Amino acid sequence: MRSTSLIVLAACGALASIPASAADADLNALREEIAQMKQAYEQRIKALESRLEKAETTVVKAEASATQAQASARQAGARPAPANAFNPEISLILQGRYKDMKEVPERTITGFWPAAGHDHGGGAGEANQRGFSLDHSELAFGANIDPWWRGQLMLGVRDDEVEVEEAWVQTLGIGHGIGLKGGRIRSGIGYLNEQHAHAWDFADAPLMYTVMFGEHASYAQDGVQLKWVAPTETFIELGAEFGRGAEFPGTDRNKNGSNNGAIFAHVGGDLDASNNWRAGVSYLRTRARDREARFEDVGGLEAQGVFDGDSRTWLADFVWKWAPEGNAKYQNFKLQGEWFQRKEKGTLDCLDEDAVGNACDPLAVGASVLSDYKTRQSGWYLQGVYQFTPNWRAGVRYDRLDSGDRDFGINAANLVVDSYHPSRSSVMADYSWSEFSRLRLQYAHDKSMQGITDNQVTLQYIMSLGAHGTHKF
Amino acid sequence: MKLLLLVLLAIAAMPAAAALKVFATVPEWGALAREIGGDRVQVFTATTALQDAHHVDARPSLIARARSADLLIATGADLEVGWLPVVQRESGNPRIQSGQPGYFEAAQHVRLLDVPARLDRADGDVHAAGNPHIQTDPRNVLAVGEGLAARMAQLDPANAAAYRSGHAAFAERWRTQIKRWEAQAAPLKGVAVVSQHKAWPYLYDWLGMREVAALEPKPGVEPSLAHLALVRDQAATSRPRMVIRAAYNSARPAEWFAKEAKVPAVVLPFTVGAPEAADLTALFDTTVQRLLKGLGT
Repeated sequence: MRSTSLIVLAACGALASIPASAADADLNALREEIAQMKQAYEQRIKALESRLEKAETTVVKAEASATQAQASARQAGARPAPANAFNPEISLILQGRYKDMKEVPERTITGFWPAAGHDHGGGAGEANQRGFSLDHSELAFGANIDPWWRGQLMLGVRDDEVEVEEAWVQTLGIGHGIGLKGGRIRSGIGYLNEQHAHAWDFADAPLMYTVMFGEHASYAQDGVQLKWVAPTETFIELGAEFGRGAEFPGTDRNKNGSNNGAIFAHVGGDLDASNNWRAGVSYLRTRARDREARFEDVGGLEAQGVFDGDSRTWLADFVWKWAPEGNAKYQNFKLQGEWFQRKEKGTLDCLDEDAVGNACDPLAVGASVLSDYKTRQSGWYLQGVYQFTPNWRAGVRYDRLDSGDRDFGINAANLVVDSYHPSRSSVMADYSWSEFSRLRLQYAHDKSMQGITDNQVTLQYIMSLGAHGTHKF
Repeated sequence: MKLLLLVLLAIAAMPAAAALKVFATVPEWGALAREIGGDRVQVFTATTALQDAHHVDARPSLIARARSADLLIATGADLEVGWLPVVQRESGNPRIQSGQPGYFEAAQHVRLLDVPARLDRADGDVHAAGNPHIQTDPRNVLAVGEGLAARMAQLDPANAAAYRSGHAAFAERWRTQIKRWEAQAAPLKGVAVVSQHKAWPYLYDWLGMREVAALEPKPGVEPSLAHLALVRDQAATSRPRMVIRAAYNSARPAEWFAKEAKVPAVVLPFTVGAPEAADLTALFDTTVQRLLKGLGT
């Protein structure tokens, strides 16, 4: 305001210096001009002042966190949100562990086709690392794309590798209970299949998921998923999936159309305020071409088996959760179990790639033996986890598989056909400081390899940071 | 003939079945929708007064109910962040997706308190937008009711007039009650209290009470013995008159503190459906009475 009075003073001076003889009209014109000047200056000062004020508030705003600014802008309803307000929700999962177990050069589950193919280095996979190691870290991005679509990306990060675990878009606007997802999706079959490792209640996946789908213990594929929720009070959900089907038990066949199909049905509800449940059945059909694995021939030499044919898997799952009056914060219990049966039918080509002169190629001339191949195998697990204080949980799990019927046709005379019931018992206890951090100790008595009893101790941490995670039931 | 009558009766009863289907995440908004809509709304409430709305699962039954809902009433301010997004997405119901008219967020209609100056989970389970427990101030209920009635009228234009008059009647009744509660609660003004969880800033703001400490060392972190002892020692100078917890909180920390600091432990209903809080009016009747009882008046 001081500058305003300066101008007024200057104007007065200017007026005083005008000769008294000047005409009234001139005087008036001059006065008007000065008044205009004054007004113009005042406007400019006002503008400067408001700019200063704005600059000050910007500084204050910058000090506050972006999200707070966003929140207050929403409340005031007037202030614009910063451009980065549209950034997707980002969350990061950090996982690592210490594992004490036997040294086994090549870990496979006896009696089952190894999903890892014919890799020799059984120690390559993270599941086989002893001592201290970093599990893969997960990075998830998600946001609504527009009123009709939502998108999500989930990356698994480990040494030398960034893996796209999931990347999909999902419809929000079809209605009638219909949901459509496309991209790389974890299949809706079973109960555990959609869960990522950080959401597991144990440090490792049930044996049945490892034999069904390999190290990731989940069936994912590039394709589409169609789901429908029935308009009933009891939860009924039906789903179907089609896609590339490149993952085990299928193989990538790079062809047009769909390579596989999965269907599933889930039902669920509340028995009362304290008891909730969900149960489901699922079916996965896929095809494999040139699916290769390492075998042992009757003489103890190495042989390769190549499978061509059909793979059909049935799954049944249930989960029951209890919490007193539905208040899970202080105390809750979760019982979950799944069962599967897989039938495969096709041909098995027995090879001798390393020319060791195995039973299929005794003269080491590159011969092979083609036979029929037909299997029917099954397995299950049952687990219970009890949270007895806001921070502590304890759980037990039992795994059992049945190598079942394995008909190798005439190759039964060349290859060792194991018949075994792999099993494992696990107990775990974990402590959570908050819903974002957890430390777990697990002991497992593992008899998944014939002739080997492996007592495994795992200490594992799972931490999540960033956007608040959401989990399915 | 009898059959025909039955059929006609059934058809006559049809409009009741076509009521506005409301999915409320917490009991207070379900009760509010009933006050405004009467029998024109069919209300499903996802949680009870004995549950912590921040810690529930995206249960299958919630997805099934959300699938057919016309209006989803949430508190917002991240209260339901751990489960509601899953329920919305899995429901296959476009009407209740965020941004649609069928998605109503109560927190948008009131001024939020306890907006954190910085966002860091080292401060516990902080909510970026502010404290979400807005229903403990009846003036907030009034503000939310106004927005809700307008939304219900927008979604169900055929019954718009009924929602408006339902709301007008409720608002008039509610304003009188607020005056009554405020008169009753006059002795509570300036009273120092300790809370178990920071669930009551709106209640304190309304009645002019002072929170001198919380038993939870950080929001959402269970009280530890060390922290409890610290609050007890501070109580010698801060002189709280009572310790307050919600019906769904564990009883032990508040009772321990009550014994140590020789002050009454007051259990407030927190929301509709808790003992002696069958509806919104009873919720505040009981709240005010128990606070006064805690004061010893």
